[in-house]
Amino acid sequence: MNQITEMFSYDFMFRALIVGLLISLTSALIGVSIVLRKNSMLGDGLSHVAFGAFAIAITLGFAHIYIAIPITILASFAILRLSQKQSGDAILGIISASALAIGTLAISIGKGTNIDINGYLFGSILSVSWTDVWFSLIVASITTTLYIFLYHRIFAITIDPDFAKSIGIKTNLYDAIFSIICSAVVVLGLRLLGALLISSLIIFPTLIAKNLAKSFKGVVITASVISCITFIIGLILSYLLNTPTGATVVLTNLLILLLTKIYSLL
Amino acid sequence: MADILIVKNLTLGYGSSIILKDVNFKIGDGDFACIVGANGSGKSTLVKGILGLLEPKNGEIIFQNGLQQTTIGYLPQDTHTDPAFPAKVQEIVLSGTLSQLKGPFYSQKEHTKAATSLKRLNITTLKNEPFSSLSGGQKQKVLLARALSATSKLLILDEPSNNLDHQSKKDFYQTLKQLNKDGLTIIMITHDLDAEDLIGNKVIALDSGHVQLATTKTYLKGYQR
Repeated sequence: MNQITEMFSYDFMFRALIVGLLISLTSALIGVSIVLRKNSMLGDGLSHVAFGAFAIAITLGFAHIYIAIPITILASFAILRLSQKQSGDAILGIISASALAIGTLAISIGKGTNIDINGYLFGSILSVSWTDVWFSLIVASITTTLYIFLYHRIFAITIDPDFAKSIGIKTNLYDAIFSIICSAVVVLGLRLLGALLISSLIIFPTLIAKNLAKSFKGVVITASVISCITFIIGLILSYLLNTPTGATVVLTNLLILLLTKIYSLL
Repeated sequence: MADILIVKNLTLGYGSSIILKDVNFKIGDGDFACIVGANGSGKSTLVKGILGLLEPKNGEIIFQNGLQQTTIGYLPQDTHTDPAFPAKVQEIVLSGTLSQLKGPFYSQKEHTKAATSLKRLNITTLKNEPFSSLSGGQKQKVLLARALSATSKLLILDEPSNNLDHQSKKDFYQTLKQLNKDGLTIIMITHDLDAEDLIGNKVIALDSGHVQLATTKTYLKGYQR
């Protein structure tokens, strides 16, 4: 217990806890629709784009969050638009690989800036700033408010977009809002969990919640709560065991997913 | 019988390819029309056009006598809905009322409408059941109840008997006949050309991009020859 009290007495740990909780809540909320609509790889694709955008911003000497968020949002719109015309998974694959390649190239060109590439790929809690905290607070507040007020329409779009469109729900507008939020979540969570692990925060909570809840409302609430709990457990374990935070959070999620799957089969 | 749906010189397609050209027909209040045609003849395309899911390349669709495009009750093909989707029956049926919901939350009016839809299909007891635990026939009825919650005028069903066993299909058709008798207009795509699947009074036959409207009796006579 003393170790946990000591852990949160550090400023960087406190910032990581706040950003992590806000990102966990937001990613769980949008993750329900993304996963149930079988678009799970969207978060993965966007995280690669965000990595590329971060790398370019750092190489050019800009504040990376202001560059990465708009670029990732534009990429998410491009993915949305192109995937309606052609095979969505192929488009995602092309954009992911290209963004990763651009990022790696940008970093190799700007080697003089002494960039910690591992920190961007696998996360680093030391890099979370107060700007990230405020951005996360804004994104989480907007997402939660929108989710509450648009909840029934989000449900209709998630279960059947064609039916939703037929009764006059503007599905394209909702898809655009989700893309913007997803992009913001990926960019803000990237420095904490890393480009290769951030999409797990979008996918795991819904899969775990599906093992425990039978209604859509139940899945949304369970995913939100589980997402925050697994993040806290992962963060504490990573401190106590001196392991990387991103990887520890992901493995905590995996363990809980397996336990809940066994429970659902009983 | 007053017309509620008039399709005038309608041309539909995807990108540069035209699927249906210069389609003309009228659906009267109380009609039960079956859309028939070979695979790829444009049955689902026509329905998507009527529902506004596909922008017409030419022509127009007129909704009248109280019908609006967003108040059509639509039952998509069963492949559209994940059979394991985590939702209670009540949540699904209530979502049909969203076309008329102005605010963010359901009121007593929407709950009453959903309850009426469940009652009309004799599935009130399933209200709190998870969708994933239902049989194929029950799932179709739940999605039909959602469509009923969206409309008081016109139901459009896209191959609703797919994947239903013989008895479930018979029960489902019986339900549709009753709904039509109660005053609902129905347009149903069917992939079967058996007489038992042509349960309505009209047939919209699609062939090589063209459409022919006939009474079921006339159509069956021609089909048997």
